[in-house]
Amino acid sequence: MAFKLEELLICCLSRKLHKKRHIAIGAASPIPAGAAFMAREEANKGMHITLLASQKHNHFTDGSRELFDAAAQGRIDAFFLGGVQIDGQANINLIGTGEYPNTQRRFPGSFGSALMYYVVPSVFLFRLQHNRRSMVEAVDFISAPGFSPPEVYRPGGPVALITDKCLFAVDSEKQRFRLESLHPNVSLEEVIDLTGFAFDYEENPPTTETPTSSQLDLLRGTIAQEIAESYPLFAKQTFGI
Amino acid sequence: MSLHECSIQEIADEVQNGTLLGVPADYSGVPMAFVRELIRQGKSELDLFCLPQSTLQADMLIGAGCVRSVETAAVTLGEYGQAPCFTRFVQEGRLNVKDSTCPALHAALQATERAVPFSPLRGLIGSDLVKHRPDWQVISNPFSDQEDPVILIPAVSPDVTVIHAQKADKNGNVWIGRRKEVATLIHASKRNFVTVEEIVDTDFYEDEVLAAGVLPGFYIEAIAVAKDGAWPLALSDRYPIDEAHLKDYATRAKTEEGFATYLAENLAA
Repeated sequence: MAFKLEELLICCLSRKLHKKRHIAIGAASPIPAGAAFMAREEANKGMHITLLASQKHNHFTDGSRELFDAAAQGRIDAFFLGGVQIDGQANINLIGTGEYPNTQRRFPGSFGSALMYYVVPSVFLFRLQHNRRSMVEAVDFISAPGFSPPEVYRPGGPVALITDKCLFAVDSEKQRFRLESLHPNVSLEEVIDLTGFAFDYEENPPTTETPTSSQLDLLRGTIAQEIAESYPLFAKQTFGI
Repeated sequence: MSLHECSIQEIADEVQNGTLLGVPADYSGVPMAFVRELIRQGKSELDLFCLPQSTLQADMLIGAGCVRSVETAAVTLGEYGQAPCFTRFVQEGRLNVKDSTCPALHAALQATERAVPFSPLRGLIGSDLVKHRPDWQVISNPFSDQEDPVILIPAVSPDVTVIHAQKADKNGNVWIGRRKEVATLIHASKRNFVTVEEIVDTDFYEDEVLAAGVLPGFYIEAIAVAKDGAWPLALSDRYPIDEAHLKDYATRAKTEEGFATYLAENLAA
């Protein structure tokens, strides 16, 4: 069954979420939202999903500060962060490129990253345009650092990076990325060529598991509807609803 | 307890140039009718404090030349793309942005709510945000035997906050439902005004269910009725975002000329 890139990414990310109890999804994150709903349907019906952009799926009743307080307490197991730039030490830049504050290309801002990245145990990084402008050796501005010195309170941090080309795992000991799988029809050479930072890899990396037809049915049915409540434009473009 | 009703023009009259204005998030009742009135009155040198981010409110005020600085975690149109005026003004070096992160913006107001000079916060250490915020300080946790750096965010008190809500009651109480971040903004601001869809002839405190989502009238100086006051943004349970309008804005506001014609059309309306 043919599938779109977004569908591949949702299913790929979803497999990493099966054992999480509470997953939170912030601004501009329709793919992580889809992945969380998929994981709940397939593996863990009791999973709590907090979708900040949603009315139905945002269960905080004490304002958005409750999210950050709950996260700092360790009550959120997984979160997702993007990046205008992401570097080889998993530093993320959500501000823009060029020398701050004279940004050449300005992006919205750091959102909650400068707390969430530190305190949520499993943070998944995602960036759909994998190229040397986004995957850089060193980010122009650190909205939040990938790793911190031992004296800094940091129960959380990055566990994986998913792009439109591949999936990287995070090696916390070495503080660098390791290629986990290549998406279908993507070569190792292509990823090396498109990545501005050095990373670990095997000679013949596996291919990212493709969605099954039953997964695609699920995704295009109930899950597409759930996504549409918060991300109507994405749902229209991806699922035609 | 009493209701003090006024007009949107009168609320805008209370906003002097140089005011630190509290700005609610797009899901919390954005007073867009009031924003258009600020622009009509030609305000300038406003400092915006967003809790914790803004969409059209900040972008339009910036584009119209009303803003001197903005303290925020982000300015964006969300699914409709980048905030065009914000992006243009920053790239041209015409706007002072005090870049922050959502929990730090909450922490600054929560300090004011408790009338203490600062709030400590986790995270942030090692972020470049800190390098550019001389007003924040890192100290060593005085209660720990081990090295434990903690960041302190000083209290902030906006001069004026204006929000839009569904309804007020006959005694001047405002129903905000679960949108409690606007309560944080209002608790921390020196002066507060609210625009509402309607004023109802009841007392919210007589209903236990409604009472849980009430902002008490004593925080609020005056209330103006503004039907569709959040338009073109959404107001929970009342109306959705005006998609066509936002798409049109996102395209036209990319240039000075396009933004100027947008403003001319929408301020006259």
